Amino acid sequence: MSTLEIKNLQVSVDTEDGAKEILKGVTLTIKDGETHAIMGPNGSGKSTTAYSIAGHPKYQITGGEVLLDGENVLEMSVDERARAGLFLAMQYPVEVPGVSMSNFLRTAKTALDGEAPKLRTWVKDVNGALDRMKLDTAFSSRSVNEGFSGGEKKRAEIAQLDLLDPKFAILDEIDSGLDIDALKVVSDGINDYAAREGKGLLLITHYTRILRYVKPDVVHVFVDGRIAESGGPELADELEANGYEKYVGTQAAGV
Amino acid sequence: MTAEVLEGALEQVESHLHPEGSFDVDAHAVPTGREEIWRFTPLKRLRDIHANAPLAGTSFEASFDAPDNVRADRHEDDSLKGVSGLVPWDRISARALAEATSSLAVTIPAEAVLERPVFVTIKGTGTDEATAAHLVIRAEKFSKATVVLRFEGSMTLADNVEIVVEDGAQLAVVSIDDWADDAVHVGHRHIRVGRDAQFKHVDITFGGDVVRHDTTADYSGPGGAVEMLGLYFADAGQHIEHRLFVDHTAPKTKSHVVYKGALQGEKAHTVWIGNVLIRKVAEGIETYEENRNLVLTDGCQADSVPNLEIETGEIEGAGHASATARFDDEQLFYLRSRGISEKEAQRLVVHGFFNDLIRQVGVAELEESLAATVEAELAKNVLAGAL
Ligand SMILES: Nc1ncnc2c1ncn2[C@@H]1O[C@H](COP(=O)(O)OP(=O)(O)OP(=O)(O)O)[C@@H](O)[C@H]1O
Ligand SMILES: [Mg+2]
Repeated sequence: MSTLEIKNLQVSVDTEDGAKEILKGVTLTIKDGETHAIMGPNGSGKSTTAYSIAGHPKYQITGGEVLLDGENVLEMSVDERARAGLFLAMQYPVEVPGVSMSNFLRTAKTALDGEAPKLRTWVKDVNGALDRMKLDTAFSSRSVNEGFSGGEKKRAEIAQLDLLDPKFAILDEIDSGLDIDALKVVSDGINDYAAREGKGLLLITHYTRILRYVKPDVVHVFVDGRIAESGGPELADELEANGYEKYVGTQAAGV
Repeated sequence: MTAEVLEGALEQVESHLHPEGSFDVDAHAVPTGREEIWRFTPLKRLRDIHANAPLAGTSFEASFDAPDNVRADRHEDDSLKGVSGLVPWDRISARALAEATSSLAVTIPAEAVLERPVFVTIKGTGTDEATAAHLVIRAEKFSKATVVLRFEGSMTLADNVEIVVEDGAQLAVVSIDDWADDAVHVGHRHIRVGRDAQFKHVDITFGGDVVRHDTTADYSGPGGAVEMLGLYFADAGQHIEHRLFVDHTAPKTKSHVVYKGALQGEKAHTVWIGNVLIRKVAEGIETYEENRNLVLTDGCQADSVPNLEIETGEIEGAGHASATARFDDEQLFYLRSRGISEKEAQRLVVHGFFNDLIRQVGVAELEESLAATVEAELAKNVLAGAL
């Protein structure tokens, strides 16, 4: 049994005019075997949530807790969080020139497992993961994300998810920039991962499109740094029909 | 001496990029450190080679390994001094040329295509006496070769390397300064590039206390191309300086210069001066120069000065770029978010920064050993303690 608990998480960023509060108390719990979706309008704080859990230095945690199986994630360094079992697929994966995908993946796998992967099976595993994401095996000798198209970057993130096999995965807008075929490929990859024993998934998205392929157990509507409503998959259908207006309207009225 | 032939054909330029040279040592005053060409160099650490220290030292072993058709001759006279058009532009170069008791000439015969590189290795065995050296590399017409110069050990060396790339020849010179920590090396390299000839300089500077390379190139005919790739790594207290000058003295010539360096530790200092002059006659040329520095810790200084002077309106392309940056936090975050420790992530980023350049070396049999040399240097340094 594992659990990722986010309790009353408050986060701000430094701006030229001082600290700006972005997350105003986010609470949610994901158990293994569950898939949660966070949906919300642009700028509502979805990526901030993801990055804060992963430990991006830009975000200041001003309150609240994040616990992975009871361990305080916020006290861990970025790489310790990953070694504890967290994985973040980024909305904008970063290019690292001169570092080959294969070198990167092997280094990451070694760091996560505490020992280097067996050479023979590893090459096969890497090629298999790329192949399932419909990425040519030539990608393993290319520099990390460098010159990848938007869609290729997203598929490479899921190939990493497949290979690195974390306990909890946070996928930030993995669906943006994907055409329908790529969306299916990526969704298959996500579903394969989610079907593994003991995995939890937090899927952040702006659109309901991907939720036709990856079925969430719980949907959270994110507005202005808070969860405005949580519900079952039917909440996604309602958002599909009516958009975020209802929530944004409420917020505007409240100001 | 042969330099006048080319000079005569060109208009006089009043460019500060092109200081008056002279073979006469006394024409070069002992530098004080205030001169433009010396203002970055720590003269105090030069063991007086810039002043009057004797340069007759013999504390080194030289070795030479080449295919049979390559000639190596030692000339015990002055006949080869200035053969590439080199006219010393500073006192150390003038002294080194005047005081070298012989010249080693490596000649790749016309039309020869070497199946393996030529290796010239200088291994210093002491720093007390300074040494003057003069090396001439001549790639005769339509030959194709790679020459690797390796500098190792402890030494105080002032040298001139003159390189003549004859018409249609293709020559790569890979120079590796992998000195011990106490070495001082100040050298001038001059390259004369013939008609339609191609020259590539791969200049790797790692070790030593003070290493300064002045590298200059000009063209004796149209169509020549020069590529200069540099890679340097300065750690605490080290001074590494590169002064480049590409003088586009002929039409339709090309130059492409990319130097990348990393610095780490208190008082690590690197200097890169990239001067390009495009003469009036040099119509239709292309030039690009770039210098990038990666500063790994506080207390380092990277000076970078690109300089492009254009005297003709008829050029194909000219550009330059210079940037000095710290680690990119986003890159480190990305790598670390996959479980890679901070040190290891830094090592990967630096490795990648250099690897980009190593991929451009294009000398297949050397790329691997260069990558290994870089790895070893990285392991020795910052990156000590990683994994
Ligand atoms: N450095 C900063 N200075 C000021 N505001 C910032 C800064 N960084 C982030 N923000 C703001 O924080 C808010 C939340 O951003 P975040 O990226 O989390 O939104 P999001 O929900 O992921 O949006 P999207 O759907 O566009 O990806 C936005 O209003 C953004 O402008
Ligand atoms: Mg976002």
